[in-house]
Formats: sequence, structure tokens, C-alpha cells
Amino acid sequence: CAAFAQTGSITGRVLDNNSQTLPGVTVGLSNSTLGASTDVDGNYRINNVPAGTYTISARFFGFVTQQKTVTVTASAPAAVNFQLQAQTQALNEVVVIGYGTTTRKEATGAITTVSSKDFQKGTTTSPAELIQGKIAGVAVTTNSGQPGAGATIRIRQGASLNASNDPLIVVDGLPLSPNGISGVANPLSLINPDDIETFTVLKDAASTAIYGSRASNGVIFITTKKGASGKPQVNFSSKNSIATLRNKLDVLSADEIRSYVKAYDAAHGTSKSSLLGSANTDWQDQIYQNALTSDNNLSIAGSTKKLPYRVSVGYLDQQGLLKTDRLQRTTTAIRLSPKFFHDDLKLDFNLNGSYGHSRFANQGAIGAAAFFDPTQSVYSSTSPYNGYYEWYNTPGNASSGLNPNAPRNPVGVLNDYHSVGDTYRSFGNFTADYRFPFLKALRANVNLGYDLSKGGGSVFVPANAAQAYTTLGTSSEYHQKNYNSVAEAYLNYTNTFKSIKSKIDATAGYSFNDFRTSTRNFATYNAAGTLIAGTTPLYNFDIPRYTIESYYGRVIYTFDDKYILQGSIRTDGSSKFSPENRWGVFPAVAFTWRIIDENFLKDSKAISDLKLRLSYGLTGQQDGIPYYSYIPTYYLGVQSSQYQFGNNYYYMYTPSAYDANLKWENTKTTNVGFDFGFLNQRISGTIDAYYKNTSNLLSTVYLAAGTNFTNRLTTNVGNMVNRGIEFNLNAVAVKTKDINWSLNYNIAYNYNKVTNLSTTGNGTTTQNLVGSISGGTGNTVQVQQAGYTANAFYIYKQVYDSKTGKPLQGVYQDLNGDGVINSSDLYQYKTPYAKFIMGFSTQFTYKKWTASTVLRAHLGNYMYNNVQSNSATENTLISSTGIINNANSNLLSTGFTNSQYLSDYYVQNASFLRMDNAGLSYNFGNVYHKKVRLNVGANVQNVFVITKYKGLDPEVYGGIDNNFYPRPRTYTLSLNVGF
Amino acid sequence: CKKDLDRTPTNATTADQAYSTATGYKQSLAKVYGAYALTGSSGSASSDLGGIDAGTSDFLRLFWSVQEWPTEEAVCAWNDADVPDFHNLNWSSSNSLLKGLYFRSIYQITVANAFIRESTDDKIASRGFTGTDATNIKYYRAEARFLRAFQYWVLMDLFGNPPFVDETTPIGKYLPVQITRAKLFAYVESELKAIEGSMVPARQNEYGRADAAAVDALLARMYLNAEVYLGTGNGKYTEAITYANKVISAGYSLQSNYAKLFLADNNVSNTETILAINYDGVSSQNYGGTTYIINAAINGAMTPSLYGVPNGGWGGNRSTSALPNMFSDYSGKTDKRAMFYGSNLVISNINDFTQGLAVVKFKNLNSDGTTPYSVNGSATNTTSGGVYASTDFPLFRLAEMYLIRAEATLRGGAGSTSSALADINILRTRAYGSANGNLGSVSLTDVLNERGRELYWEGFRRTDLIRYGLFTSSSYLWPYKGGVQNGKGAESYRTLYPIPNTDIIDNPNLVQNTGY
Repeated sequence: CAAFAQTGSITGRVLDNNSQTLPGVTVGLSNSTLGASTDVDGNYRINNVPAGTYTISARFFGFVTQQKTVTVTASAPAAVNFQLQAQTQALNEVVVIGYGTTTRKEATGAITTVSSKDFQKGTTTSPAELIQGKIAGVAVTTNSGQPGAGATIRIRQGASLNASNDPLIVVDGLPLSPNGISGVANPLSLINPDDIETFTVLKDAASTAIYGSRASNGVIFITTKKGASGKPQVNFSSKNSIATLRNKLDVLSADEIRSYVKAYDAAHGTSKSSLLGSANTDWQDQIYQNALTSDNNLSIAGSTKKLPYRVSVGYLDQQGLLKTDRLQRTTTAIRLSPKFFHDDLKLDFNLNGSYGHSRFANQGAIGAAAFFDPTQSVYSSTSPYNGYYEWYNTPGNASSGLNPNAPRNPVGVLNDYHSVGDTYRSFGNFTADYRFPFLKALRANVNLGYDLSKGGGSVFVPANAAQAYTTLGTSSEYHQKNYNSVAEAYLNYTNTFKSIKSKIDATAGYSFNDFRTSTRNFATYNAAGTLIAGTTPLYNFDIPRYTIESYYGRVIYTFDDKYILQGSIRTDGSSKFSPENRWGVFPAVAFTWRIIDENFLKDSKAISDLKLRLSYGLTGQQDGIPYYSYIPTYYLGVQSSQYQFGNNYYYMYTPSAYDANLKWENTKTTNVGFDFGFLNQRISGTIDAYYKNTSNLLSTVYLAAGTNFTNRLTTNVGNMVNRGIEFNLNAVAVKTKDINWSLNYNIAYNYNKVTNLSTTGNGTTTQNLVGSISGGTGNTVQVQQAGYTANAFYIYKQVYDSKTGKPLQGVYQDLNGDGVINSSDLYQYKTPYAKFIMGFSTQFTYKKWTASTVLRAHLGNYMYNNVQSNSATENTLISSTGIINNANSNLLSTGFTNSQYLSDYYVQNASFLRMDNAGLSYNFGNVYHKKVRLNVGANVQNVFVITKYKGLDPEVYGGIDNNFYPRPRTYTLSLNVGF
Repeated sequence: CKKDLDRTPTNATTADQAYSTATGYKQSLAKVYGAYALTGSSGSASSDLGGIDAGTSDFLRLFWSVQEWPTEEAVCAWNDADVPDFHNLNWSSSNSLLKGLYFRSIYQITVANAFIRESTDDKIASRGFTGTDATNIKYYRAEARFLRAFQYWVLMDLFGNPPFVDETTPIGKYLPVQITRAKLFAYVESELKAIEGSMVPARQNEYGRADAAAVDALLARMYLNAEVYLGTGNGKYTEAITYANKVISAGYSLQSNYAKLFLADNNVSNTETILAINYDGVSSQNYGGTTYIINAAINGAMTPSLYGVPNGGWGGNRSTSALPNMFSDYSGKTDKRAMFYGSNLVISNINDFTQGLAVVKFKNLNSDGTTPYSVNGSATNTTSGGVYASTDFPLFRLAEMYLIRAEATLRGGAGSTSSALADINILRTRAYGSANGNLGSVSLTDVLNERGRELYWEGFRRTDLIRYGLFTSSSYLWPYKGGVQNGKGAESYRTLYPIPNTDIIDNPNLVQNTGY
């Protein structure tokens, strides 16, 4: 056998930068399996090391890995000690705040950042989906399964009742307009998620109040990717996916219909069975498809001399689950960030362009498919309506005319509807930041931004389509342009005064935001191009516009790196209010105590961060209300709303309702938060408690009769409270050379209550009925009322059969005990909003493999199942209008003959746990002469939903589920190549 | 930069500009009228009101429903919130339809007030109007006062004691005071008498605009009901006869063909209607008014194109058996006023539209059988979309004046029983096309029944039953009166509707009606 090699050993001790011992540090030799861990005293020993010279490294999470060279001989143990430097990167990470930046360590507000590596993976068309489930207190609900439909974002549920509850979104310093754009489902869907580097969510008033009037519902900063230094880096990514229907509405099958109708005939002596067909058509299968999406992005980023640049191009082609739905989108982004005069002048050019071409499916097909008789076939050779089977006044007899009470053939509804939209958008900004050479502490910053978009489209329905048979088809068009501009400038003074251990960061600025839309109006024609009478617009265009002008200032004073005091104030003037009420003042104060830097904690091994944040501030709201409602005006009505005198028709000059005293809605937010970290930030997190009180709510309430040119107006009435607790935890469970397992868990509790809704101030409260449902006319199921959560369900209390447990038709509890059941017996029941919202993300990396998943849960939210209430009755199935419809299978449970729209039976628990995402990727690393980086992945979205809710999907924003466009389950393969 | 914050709407203007031309005045007057015809100014989906389905928020749909549903003339199949309350006679002060009507009536008053404010002699002069323009604007002003008086009559009849606002009431957060039913009677009476001479003389005004006869007709109607408004013993039957006579002698005549009163071209050579609410399938579209009356009365199985609404048919309102049974022969072969469809008189499920006879009195067809706005004469293709009706609704017509005169006479007003009988027989002769149906004698009950046959589904029945003391009584029952199949009486306070609870809350000056 071979001679024994001479071996030696290495010993040593590992300390941290404070000379404290570090247990558990991995110490290993390069190109060898030899290694050891430090003991509780920080000592290690590696035995059996063959003699020779090695590179030895000490590795510990949260510290910079250190390497040393050691020569081992057999004679004596080699001694190598390490002193590791803590990785303060996480805490020193730059965080964007309004009109400036700070570090994670010094941030005074409730701020959460999600960067691209933590984004939801898979096929995402709209940016908001990237952060679903990632941030405590931020609920992102996708609006539907339609391509580009976007999402509703609610931060701490939202502070308003009838004004907007949307957060302000700021892209690279450019505050976006809250307005929609014609020809695209959602304006945010025109931003390419692939260009986004980070999302930063500002939740409390300390961080948002600098945006004053637009900040009551939080602020979201989107930072796009920038050019890096050095050689050009090319990145190409391609995602190809197939979206499938996760589940279908539970409707009766053709055979179930047949047996139901036969039983009905037997019981009633009728012959409704003669209306039945012999087909077995699953109408949902007929209207949905497996939808393909291809999303390709190419970017080049780098730097030439002093000019960092990034250029990207993206192309998305996404089909909808509903046949004929399709979105094609091309996006480009150019970002140039040159610096001049020894970096004293920094310029940033940010240009984004997109072109979206959409075909919109007629979503009426979703409801039609739920209702249409499955015993009928899709096509009928005798049908004059493009060959689709339809219900006639005399069934089977086309010449008797279409039965206007019947649903239309769902396939015809889709195929005969040609709605296309084209949208162009360009937004961007130019920022110049200049540091004065004679006073380095002083900076001037100018930000000029624009957001222009142009949308238009047309709808065409052919003459022989059943859906527009009376007018012989329709043809219409629409065009809109948005011109939004921003001009901002601020001065910043930041200086450190070492002698007094103080740092001052002061900012003062001005901002001007203008939002202008230009809409063109068109008449509607039939398919042959004949004018449809009464549709000629009186005005060819309209230009709604509003403007906000603002002044703001902020001082951040830091003492001894431990005590941070921040004060800010902003005053906004909005053109939506009269000169007397125009200006609102929005101040905020915050105090931060970096407890971790106190002597008694400084040396703690367990605790690596502890910070207390206290803040209080006032923010405002004026979005989501009409632009001119303080001004008394007269307007002429439309052509179809004229009045006849003699033989002439007269346009009606109409006085508008107005509220001369309209003013800002105010939200006061108190926030208490802790940031904490343990074991060198291996475990870190935040906890926040908040109390928001909104006063002068912009509420749409009844007015005393006779006091205005309407009976219900948006005016400043009432108070609403939101309070809650948020908890966010990040942990790295395992971190070794080969394995990295990280976890994030967040949970938020929110309590909401309208505390006052009195117009007279005498305490009596008005009830605003809201929540219109489908079915019948004018039925509502929700209420806004003091003492209850906003939009609580307002409904009758169902009485059940004590033996069978079935709901008794038309039997409700007489809650006021007056012997009759009428609207005085309605009661406030449950809330559409989740009490608890949770998110859980985890990522497990083993060598080159990475597995990840995201789960999300809402607890305590209820949903009005409008699908069941509208279609689970015998009168629906066997219609008195002489046709057979399908019914929701719930009919078999209740046996209801007539609709019971206002029964609380239909308000159902919609708590859920959803696996948003599960993915696996393999990182090849550097391949092809080590020049090319390659990563491939597979991903499933909307994997499963666990819920008691009896409808299609428990997650419909607002709490009323009706004809919801299903969210698909999507399988994605992705490829990422860089060089 | 400060002026950048003064943004004004592109397509709207100020009152001074709106009223700067004669056309502007007429367009403003169109809104004062349009406020009781349409739901809003911006198309059929728009509404002047909130808190109610836009299509339900017009005056006629609501007025018609709350006048007809609680009676034997109509029952509605819709199981919508607050609809069954009417037939059940158990509405509460939060009933959304009552709220809608209350606010609609007061809305028209508020719009009329604004017009009255802007058309004073001073304003007419200061804006430089003279001659014909000035004369016309003064007529407009009198008409605005008439429409305001009409709506105060509606409020007095239905709600009794509403809040009161007039042209001196500012817009804003001022809280109106309540007016009692008796004081409101005096106010409406004095207003009508005050404007009678300022109106365009009877039958001289443009079609669709009120004239002096409309004022007299409203006075006659009001006086007939004076005992209801002012209490027993306070009848004003002689006054009722006086004003009915004024209208009857103004030159109107009964249309020879009763059915034509309710057709789409009833605006053409109509000799009987004194004032109509005007509708048009293209130019005055809404989902209320006669569009509602026609569509809610039929369903898809009845082939809606036969009624001029090929895309309509809402399957809601039909009659209880008590309405067809008012006719000795409801086939329509003898008394041609009987216009029913179907054969199933008995209702066992209110939600089943096919139970109970459908009423097809109102149609969106021209008198020659064609459909308005039809494409190439087709009954199924129309440029108006196949739902909106062009049929005008007769708010006041001559036949009612005969019935008022007959009843007031029988109730002790000046005149003889024989003249009352003659008044009734004028109508019956027209109905039968001969004297074959004429009565030999007439009692008060006969007048009520004749009113049922002549005026059914025209929005009179609740007021009539109350005047006869039969509305809530258990001595006169109809199927499902009070919510039970054989019918039952209800509390007597239900002869007045409640003030909507929202207004009781928002206006502390208001006191709720007894019983609610």
C-alpha cells in the first residue's frame, strides 16, 4: 500500500468585528472536503490535513466570508484565526422614500421592499401580481382571469368609503395618474414586469405624508432596472405557458335537466319536456380554451465610459381562457444614467414605451354559458343567426323571432363579437440631480415627467348576430388620449456634524401634477353602417382635467446614529375644490430609536437588530371623486334624452348637483413598529400596529330632500377607522455550501368600522345601500352604516327547516318583531373583507436546483354568491317565458322555486388558502466556455385553493361573485440566457 | 401658477350663460318637464337620483307602481327588494321605491324652483328679452309653477306632509321645514289659481306643454279628493264640478277609438288628452314611463314584437282577477276598453307572471299597426333597439273630467243624478261603440267601477280606493290583498305612505307619518 501521507492539523478561533466569539462558523479548505465548525467558544480544529499549502475560508451567514492561506506541516498544528466582518448590507440597503433615499437601518416609516429575486414567478402580465402575498397588510387581488385585467391593490384595506382606495403608484419618481386608458383592461398592464427591479410599499403616514393628498391609501414605488457598470450584459428570457381552467361552475348536466323537467311535467301535468333537445353540450367547455402565452424579453445593460445604460424590449402574446380574448403587447424601456463633473451632476433619463393590441372577448358569454340549456346543440342548420342554435318566441320556429328573455347562444356571443383595442403609451422622466461644488451638502433635484397614452378601439357585431338582432348589428368606436405631466424640484441639504453627533437631512420642494384626458365621442351604427338613431353625440369631444399643486418640506435629524426624528409637511392645492377649500395641509412626525446601537444591546450575540419606530401623520384624499363638483353648472343632455314640445325635441339644459363646500378627506395614522433581527439577521422581521382615522370622508350619502339637484351626493360626511397589526418574518433556515433554504411569513389583521355617517351631526346615522347584484332590478346586498364595517352585507336572516336543514323559501326572521317581513328586517351580516391576510413564501436551493412556492390565505371574509342566488331556482330552469334554462346545481339543495336574492343563505364563508405558485428551476451557471449564463425553470400558478366557499373562486374583490372570469391554472416553462 | 387650479368643465356652463338666449330658456324648460318623463339627462342609464336603480328612477314608473301595485288592478311577479311589500300592504319607511318617488317628486320641484328663480320679470328684463321671447318665458314660468304644484299634489296625496321648498330656498345644506297636508292643499290651490290666468289658454299650447285646462283639471282632481286631504266634512265637490266643467267646455272631445289613446302615435290628432308625459323611442329614451308599463306587462312568450318592443318583455305586472271581473265581459268584444291577454285568472304564485291576465292596454305600436322606428317595416328590427316606447302617457284626459263631475255630483256637489248618469254613459257609449252598454242608473259604487274600467292602469286606483274607504278595509278584498290569497285588510294608516327614513334622519325638521 502507499506510504502514509504526512498529515497535520489546523486550529484557530473565529471572532466577530466586536471581538466576540462566533460559534457555528463553517471553516473549510478549498478544493477539499475537509472542514469543521466552531464550538461555543469559537474554536475549531481540522485534523488529517495532508501537508501542503491551502486556502482556508471561514463562512457564516450574515458575515463576509474570509479567506486565508495556510501551510500545513506534520510537525505542529497550524494556527489560523479569523475576525469576520458583519455583513451590514441588508441594513445598509438603500431604501427609496418620497423625494429621496435612506437606508434600511435609518428608515423611520413602515416600509417594505420586495426585489425582483423575491417576485412571484411564472407568467405575470400585470406588475401588481409580482408582490402578491409578499407584504404584510398589502392585499393584491387580481381582477379576473382576463389577460391584462390587472389587480386591485389595498394597503391596510383602504381609508376611504366612496373616494378612491387605490394606493399612489410612483415609477422611478413619476407619480402615475389614477385614470384608466381606453383600449386596455388596466393601465398598469402596460408596464413590463420584466423591467422592474423593486417594489417598495410605504404604509404609514410618516413615510407617505410627503405625498400629502394622494397618500392616504399608501404609496408604492416601482423602481425599474438600471444600467450596471462594465461590459454590456445581454439577458434574454422567454416564458411560454399554457393556462387551463382550474374549475367550472357547478351547473346541471343535460341529463339532469332532462330528468328534472320530466319530473316537473309529471308533477304539474305540463309538457315542458317538448322544449328539450337531445344534445349534451357543456357550454363552459365550449367557451373556454387552453390559452397559450409567450412572453419574451431582451435587455442589454452596461456602461460606456460614464454612461450607464439599459435598453430592453419585451413582447408578450397572451390568449385568454375565454375564447377570442387576446393581448399582444410590445414594450421597450431605455434608461440612461450619466454622471458629470466628478459625479456632482447626475442625470437620469427614463423612457418607457408600449403598444398593446387587445381583442376583448364578450364576457357576456360567461353568464350565457351558465344559463344556456345543455340539451341543445351549439349549431342549428335552420338558424338564420349565423347558424347558432337560439331560442325563438315559438321554440324551433325562427320566423317567430328571437325570444328576448332567453340567453343568447354563448358560442355565438363570443364569435359574433369583434372588439379590438389599440393602446400606445409612453411614460418617462428626466431627473437632474446637482450637488453644489461650493457646498457639497446641498443638492438640487429637478424631475420632469410625462405619461402620454392614446387608446382607441372598435366594436363590431354583424347584422345576423343574435346579440344585436333588433338593430341589425352594431358598429362603434372610441378614442381617448391622456396627457399627464409632472414637474418637481427640490433642494436637499444633508450634513453630518460630528462634534455634536448629529446629522441633518432637510428637503424642501415644489410639485405640479396635471391630468388631462381628451375623449372623442362617436355615434353608433349598425353593421351596414346606418346610424342608430339617438346616438349622435352632442359634443365631439370632452377634455376633463384636474391639477394638483404642492409644496413640501422634510427634516430628518439623527442624533448619535441612534435617535432619528423626522418631520414633514406638505400642502396641496387641488382644482377639484373651491379656492376657499382648495388647500390642504398634511403634516407628519416620526421618531426612530435604534435600540440595537445602545450599549446594553450592542454586544448581544442573539440580537442583531432592534429598532423602534413611532409615527403620526395626516394624509388626504381627493381621487375617485368628480372633477368639478364644487361648481354650479348647467349642462345639455344627450340626444336620446330630449323632451318633446309640439313636433320638436329639445335638449335638456340641466342644473348639476354641486357641493360648494367640498374639501379634502383626511386620514390620521398612528403607527408603532419594531424592526428586529436575530443571529446576525438570519432571522429578521418587523411588527407594526396602526390606527387610522379618516374624517370628512368623501361619502356618497343621501341629502335632505329639496336641498340640491339630486338626492345623493359625494360630500364630506363621516368617519371611518381602520386598525390592525402586521407581522413579517424572514428566516434563513439552512445555509450551507450546497443548501440554502429561506422562508418568509407575513400576517396582517385589520379591523374596519364606519364610526359616523351623519349628515346632520346629531348622531343619527344614515344607511347607504350599496353592492348591486345581478338578478331582478335594483337589488343591493351591502350597506354603509355607522357602527358596522364598510360594505357589510345587509340581508334577511334565512329560516331553515329544523328537520332537513334546508332553507325555507321566503321565510325570514322577523328581526324587529313587528309581525311583517319587510326592509326593516334586514340586518348587517359579516364583511367582504378578510380579517386576516397571510402570505408564505419559501425557496429551497440545493446546488443548482431551486424549488419555491408561495401560499396566500384570507380568513374571515364572506362572499355573496350571486351565481347561486340568480340561477338556482326552478323558475330559472323552467322559465315562464317558454324556454328551458340551465340552473346552478345548488337548486337541488334548496329546491327554491323563486329567487330569494336577499337571503343570507347566499352570503358564504370565502376564507381560503391558495397556493399561488410552485416552481422548480435549474441554474446551469456558466456554460459554453463559461461565457453564457443559463437558467431554466418550470412553474405552476394557481396550484390549488382550499375553501368552504361554494362558488367558482372565493377571491372576488368587493364580495359579490357573479359571472366571474375564472382565474386559470397556468403552467410555465422559462428560459433565461445571459452573456 | 395659481390660476392653473381653476379648472372648468369643457361641455358645461353657468346659469347666466344657459339662460342668456331664448333657446336656453326653452331647453331649461325641457328639463323641468323632462324631470318627470325621464330618469336623467345623459341617456337611459343615467339618473338624476342616486340610491335607486337608474331605470327605475323616473316619475311615472314609480308613481304608477305605488298607485297600482297595492290595488286589485296589478300585481308584480318580481321578487325584488321592496316590490312585494306593495301587494302585501306592509311597506316600511326604508322602502326603496317609495324613497325613489319621494325624491323624484321633490327633484322636479327643485328644478322647477331653479327655473322660476331664473325667469322673474327682473331677470327677463336684465337679460334683455322683450316681445315674443319675454312673453314665452313668462308662459314657461307659469308652467314651471304648474309642474311644481302637480308634484306637490303628488306628495300631498301619497306622503301627506312633505318638506317644503320654493324658489326662495337656496341650494346647499339648508334644511327645509315640513308642511302639513292641509297647508299644502291651500298652497297648491292658491298656486294653481294664481297661475290659471298666466297659462297659455286651453288647447292653444304646444303638444306636451301644460295649458290652462291642465291647471283646471288638477284643481278638479284635487277638489274631488278634498275630504281625504282635509278630513271628513271638508269636501269641495261643487268646486270639483266647476273646474271639471271648465275643462269639459274647453273644446276637448273623446277619441272615438279608446285603444288609440295608448298607442305610440297618440300624440297625433289627439282630441282627448289634456296633458301627456311625452316619450319617444329614439329621442326620449328611458326604462321607466310607458317603456316600463308596456314591457313589464308582457313577456317573451307573448311575442313582444306584437306590442312594438321586439327586444323587450320583462314579465312583471299583470292583473288580479278583480280587474277583468269589473267588466261584465272582459273579452273586449263588447266593452272595448277590456284589453287582456291569456286565460289564467287565478294566481297561486305571485312570482309566476303567467298567472293572472296580462294587460295589453298600452302598446308601442302606431294606430296603423306599424312599429315606430322600424327598419324597412320589419316588426323585429328597429333603430331604437326594440325596447324603448314612443307612447305618451295621458296624465290628464277628458274622460277623467266626466268621471269627476259624475262622482262629485253624486257626493253632493251641484248637479243632478241624471247628469251624473249622462257623464258615465258618454264613456260607456264610446267603450261599446253604441248605447248598448249604457247604464240606467248610477251609484257612487258604479262610478268607482267605471273609473276602474275607464282608467285602469293609468295610475289612479290607490287614490280612488282611499277616497271610497276601500283601500285598507277588509270589506273589499282582492286576491293577495295584504299578502294572503283570499285577501285581507290592512292598518288604516297605510292610506298614507311613510316619509322615507333617510329623510327623517337627514332632516330633523321632519316628523314621520302616524303608524310608521
